[in-house]
Order: sequence, then structure tokens, then C-alpha cells
Amino acid sequence: MAFLTSFYAFLFYFAAFVLVAGLARKIIQYARTPAPLKIPTTPAPTTRTGVVFRMMREVVLFESLFRGNKWTWIFGWMFHFGLFLVTLRHLRYFIEPVWFPIQLIQPFGIYGGIAMVLGLIGLWARRFLVDRVKYITAPSDHLILGLLVAIGCTGLLMKFAFHVDVVEIKHFFQGLYSYNIQPLPADPLLLLHLFLVAVLMIIFPYSKLLHAPGLFFSPTRNQVDNPRERRHIAPWARELEQS
Amino acid sequence: MAKATFEVPALTQYTEVPPVTPGAMAHSAPFKSREEFQIPLGFPGELVEDWQTKAIAKMGELLGKYRSLRVYMDACVKCGACTDKCHYFLGTGDPKNMPVGRQDLMRKVYRRYFTLAGKLFPKLVGAEDLTEEVLNDWYSYFHQCSQCRRCSVFCPYGIDTAEISMAAREIMDSIGVGQKYCNEIIGKVYRIGNNLGLPGPALKDTLEGLEEDVYDNTGVRVKYPIDQVGAEILLVTPSADFFAEPHVDGLVGYGKVFHEAGVSWTLSSYASEAANFGMFIGSYANMRRLAQRIREAAIQLKVKRIVFGECGHAWRVAYSFLNTLAGPWDFLDPRYPVPQHICEFTYDLIQQGRLKFDKSENDDKVLTFHDSCNVARASRMGDTPGGQFEIPRAIIRATCNHFYDMDEETIRDRTFCCGGGGGLLTDDLMELRVKGAKPRLDALNNVMQEKGVTHMAAICAICKSQFTKVLPYYGLEMDQIVSLHQLVSNAIVLTPGPDDDEDEDEDEDDMPDLDDPNEEETDEAA
Repeated sequence: MAFLTSFYAFLFYFAAFVLVAGLARKIIQYARTPAPLKIPTTPAPTTRTGVVFRMMREVVLFESLFRGNKWTWIFGWMFHFGLFLVTLRHLRYFIEPVWFPIQLIQPFGIYGGIAMVLGLIGLWARRFLVDRVKYITAPSDHLILGLLVAIGCTGLLMKFAFHVDVVEIKHFFQGLYSYNIQPLPADPLLLLHLFLVAVLMIIFPYSKLLHAPGLFFSPTRNQVDNPRERRHIAPWARELEQS
Repeated sequence: MAKATFEVPALTQYTEVPPVTPGAMAHSAPFKSREEFQIPLGFPGELVEDWQTKAIAKMGELLGKYRSLRVYMDACVKCGACTDKCHYFLGTGDPKNMPVGRQDLMRKVYRRYFTLAGKLFPKLVGAEDLTEEVLNDWYSYFHQCSQCRRCSVFCPYGIDTAEISMAAREIMDSIGVGQKYCNEIIGKVYRIGNNLGLPGPALKDTLEGLEEDVYDNTGVRVKYPIDQVGAEILLVTPSADFFAEPHVDGLVGYGKVFHEAGVSWTLSSYASEAANFGMFIGSYANMRRLAQRIREAAIQLKVKRIVFGECGHAWRVAYSFLNTLAGPWDFLDPRYPVPQHICEFTYDLIQQGRLKFDKSENDDKVLTFHDSCNVARASRMGDTPGGQFEIPRAIIRATCNHFYDMDEETIRDRTFCCGGGGGLLTDDLMELRVKGAKPRLDALNNVMQEKGVTHMAAICAICKSQFTKVLPYYGLEMDQIVSLHQLVSNAIVLTPGPDDDEDEDEDEDDMPDLDDPNEEETDEAA
């Protein structure tokens, strides 16, 4: 019991560290790597504000994917928006007092959980049913989908079938903030759910989940279309001009 | 003409997505470069010793120099949105011609050498060593990408396979595995000034011939000047415009527009090439060296403005990169963008009402317009996004009575590449070029059946050369492709100058025969 609690406390410290440090490392790497040429996919916005709107449409609506493939868009958007609602709902375990908007979102978080799992199943089905998508699928793609589905299903089961003591869970996570380890309920479903979430956090900076920060650094999406008006030159390219 | 050693696909009303056929195009690879073409570009003449280590080191260098490559190697989630977007996949069914399939050829090596997961669990994440077999795949399939960027339109992260193809070609060049077509041509520009290897005197001859021809046809003396110091405008145009049909009809058109605008202009024998094949091989150094020629010519000829002729990838380099590669252009007239596209120039005059057209001159044609990939997705014309679609169409509408667009899903930023772009316009890739043209020609054929379209206008030397060559394979006529400024040339009403006779004299002309371009050279057009 005490061992389990200690193990999970350590696991979440470790996972949080890997997630934050790993992501920070990648983001710094992306930010430091120059983009030597103007390569926005045109038509592209001619102002910074326009680029912010373009990026918002990509992040919130998945605009390009919508144009690319409607099925992938439907399932992908269901999953991501569901995950977003679920994450907001889960904030109640991590903040005290719980902000009013987070209280309001609680029931939607449940629908989000269902949408998330359905979306994932749709995305997974494509990996078997569409020959082109099947061809490009690596074992790790199946594993990540499996991981997310398992996280979603264990979560939903705790909501609808096997309730756990959410107050104790909250105490556990609140305690982690001040290195005050509180007992975690020894519920197998909960332990599995939390373990998988920690795994997800750990693999995030080392997997294709990097698409999340990557999008913001994608030169075809984040560059302003103004090459004739403004001279754009990377530091390493400027050195060529000295010679 | 349509003699093929491979099966030419049948055109369909709408392009269907083929079933995945692994290895369908594994045999396709362009001729390899030789030492004589490699050395002038700064590349080793043959496969270097210890090439794996050197290739990986080069990849590491490029990952640090290009954010695009760095992010795109990591970001792909294998969603599949791009899988049915590449014309080469649609034409061949080879899964390594799916944009993600092509990217993965590099991504698996990236994962193996540059990521923790790939070092620890290569099988799990699809990571692979850079073996000779992988290198051969690279050479084959990174020369089956025309860098048209259609995939990048639909990718949720904007992953542009062109960036990856360019990097792959740069890595291969750096270990001595170059492509003959591109590298030989770049050398020709360094030695002679253009892709076709036309020396100054030959250009002068051609241009004098054009002047006589236009005078014979119109009775108006339109000038086609070259190396004229002090002219206001430097025209930089693909060298195909000097020789091949239908390119040269476009050049005739540019001259007529300049004539009507009343501005002085000149070509340059030193910078007699708009295309910049340095981009195709992903070599910033070579791209810059080629672009610098234009700067030197502009300074030497003391021009005030630079205008580019009809050329797709050239316009990408000109519009998007020229300021970076050869700027700043502070010695030119600041009232005009640098550079300008000939379509922008013509369109402005039309807007000002300064050009008169007799549209009936084009009544023998029903037109459609092919958006060239790099103009559509990698550049702009005019002040507003999308001007690259509207301005050429506005010029066609101003000069022709009959115009119909092709299927919406195959034009503007969703346009299909002609199948010959990105350094693939060479006879040793004929099968690829024919099959890759299918999506575009499906749409063309459809609009021919439904709207009675007879001709397709294009604004790119590669598109024009490619279509001229591949149309006959599909039972269409090679002269169905026209230059946009050919339409302008046909319809424009010229103002006679003081020394022009009003009565056209019908003397037999003694023009050099422009209808007989050197077959092999034509393909080096662009």
C-alpha cells in the first residue's frame, strides 16, 4: 500500500519531469533552428495577424486536414476536442478551489471522454481498412492508439461502472505539490489508468506526439507572405555574403 | 509519337485513387551524374569512401540549418491525409510515391540515428540503418518528387515533402551521388549563362529573327533587345523561351506588351536563364550562386526594374527567395516590387486601360488554364493572396472570348503538377512523367469533353515542355498547350511607331525556323 503510493508518487514526478524537460528541449531546438528561406504554402497571409488566424484555424479546426480527408478529420477532431474537454474536466483534481468555468465544464467532460474513445476507434479502424494508411502504419502507431484508448476506457469505466474515491485521488495529487505524499486508493482500474497516463507523458517528447509543438514551428504555416517587401536571411546564410 | 515501353494509363473522368502496389516504380531512376558535372558544383565526383558516416553527418548539418526539415522529421503522425494527393502516386500506385511514404524513406534513417526511440527500439518505430539498399531507394524515389507541394496543402502540420526531397538530394550530392540532368544544367548556366547552353551570339540571332518575324506579321517594329545598358527593365526568362514552341510565342508576347507600355527593356546574355535548378537539388550555395548572376546583370546593365517571364519554379525562387539570395535590391526603382512577374506587368497595363485587344484573334480556341504548381503554392502575384490565380485568369479573359476552368479540386492551390517539375524533365524519366501527368490530363480531358475546350494555357516552361511531350502518349495533340502571353500576343493591337509602314508588306520572310527545336534540348527548357 505504502509502496504503491510511493511508486506512483515517484512515477508522476518522473513523468512530469520528462514531459516538461523533454518538451522544453525540443521547443528550444525548433526555435533555435533557422528557417533560411520563405516557404509558406500559398496563398498565405501577408501580415502577422493573418498568420495568427491561420494558425488558430489549424489548431482549433484542423483546416488543412478538413480539406485533405473528411473521415480522418471527423475522427481526429472528435478525439482531440474530446481529449480537450476531458483534460479540462480533470483539472478539478489539480486545482483548489475549482474555478467556476471548470465546474461548468464537468458534464461536458464526460461526453468528451466518449467522443475521444469513439474518435480513436475510428482512427484506428482506418489503419486496418484503408490500404494506404495500413501501409504507412508502424507498430508504434498501433501502440499509441492502444494506449490512448486504454486511458479513455479505464477512465470511462471508473465513471460509469466502478467508482473510485475521487476525493482521495485529489488529496494524492494536491500532496505531490508540496512533497506531502498522501495515500492513493489501491483500485486496480485507477492504478492502470494513472500508469498509462504517466507512460503517455513520458513518451510524449520522444514520439510523433511532437506534432503538437511542431505545428507552431512549421514554416509552411507560420511564415508571413512578404518576401519581396522584407529581406529574410538566416544567420548561417548571411555568413556566405561575407566571403 | 506515342511509342511507349510501358503501359500508358487510360484517362478517366475523375482521377481514381489506385490500390497500393509496392515496388511499381522501383525501377525508375534518372541517369547518375558524372565527375565532370559534379565538380563545378562543389560536389565529389563519385561515391565517397565512408559514405554512410558522411551522409549521416550531412543530415545532422541540414537538421541544424533547416527548421522545416527538423520539424517535419518529427511531426508526422501518419494520418494518411496526404496519401492520395501526389500525382505520382495517383499515376503509379507505388506507396513510396505517397508523400508520407517518400518522407518515411528519410524519416526511418532520421529515427535510427537522431532519436532515442529509434536508437533503442528501431523495429517498433520503423527506424532503419542507412544501407546501400536504402540509398538506392532514396535515389529512385527522391527523384520521383516534383517538389510541387500539393501534399503540404493538405497536411495538418504543413509538412512539405519538397523540403525533404531537396534535403535528400543535397545529402546524396554531398557523398557523390548526383543526378545528371540537374547538375549538368547548372554547370551550363555557370559556363554559358542558361540551361540550354545558348551563347550570346545565338541569342542575338534568335532575337533579330523574332523582330523580323513580328514586323512581317504585324507591320510594327517591336524590339527584342539584349545586353542594352541603361534599359529600364531587365527581363529574365527561361531559356526555352528563345527557341521551343510554344514558349517562344510567349516571348513574342512579352515584347509586344513592353512595346505598348512604351518602356525600354533588355534581356541579358549573362543572366539568360530564369530557372534556378539549385532549388531542385536543395543546394543553397548553388541556388545563391545562380541568383547572384541576375544581380550582377542588373548592376551591369544599370536597369531600374526586374521582370520575370513565364516560369514556375523560377518564379518561386524569384518571388520567394531572390531578395534573400541576391538582395537587397535598394539600387532599383523602389516604386515597383522586385522582381515582378510578366503577368503582373501585363495585368497592371490592362487595369490602366493601356492595352487594346482584339479578342476574336483567339476565337479559334476554347481555353482552360493550368495553375503551375510552384506559382500556385509557393508564390504570389499582385498585392493580395491568391493573386497568382486571379491575375493570369484575368489576362485570359481580357484576351480570349472562350475560357472554362477545370474541376475546382484540380486548380488553384489544389492544382496538379504537370508531372515534369522539380528536375524530372528528362527523357530517362519518361515513364514517370507520363504517368504523373495523368491527374492533370484527366481534368483536362474532362473539360474538353464537357465544355469543348481545345487549348490549355500555362505559365511555366517546364509545364509547356512536359505537356508538349506527354500529351501524345494519351492521344491528345502536343500543340494544345499554349503560352499565356501567346494569347496576349495574338490579341494585342499594336500601335505603329514612326518608322513603321501602315501597310503590311507581305514579303517572304527569311526567318530561322522556330518550329524546329532541337528535340533533346527542348527538355532542358525550363
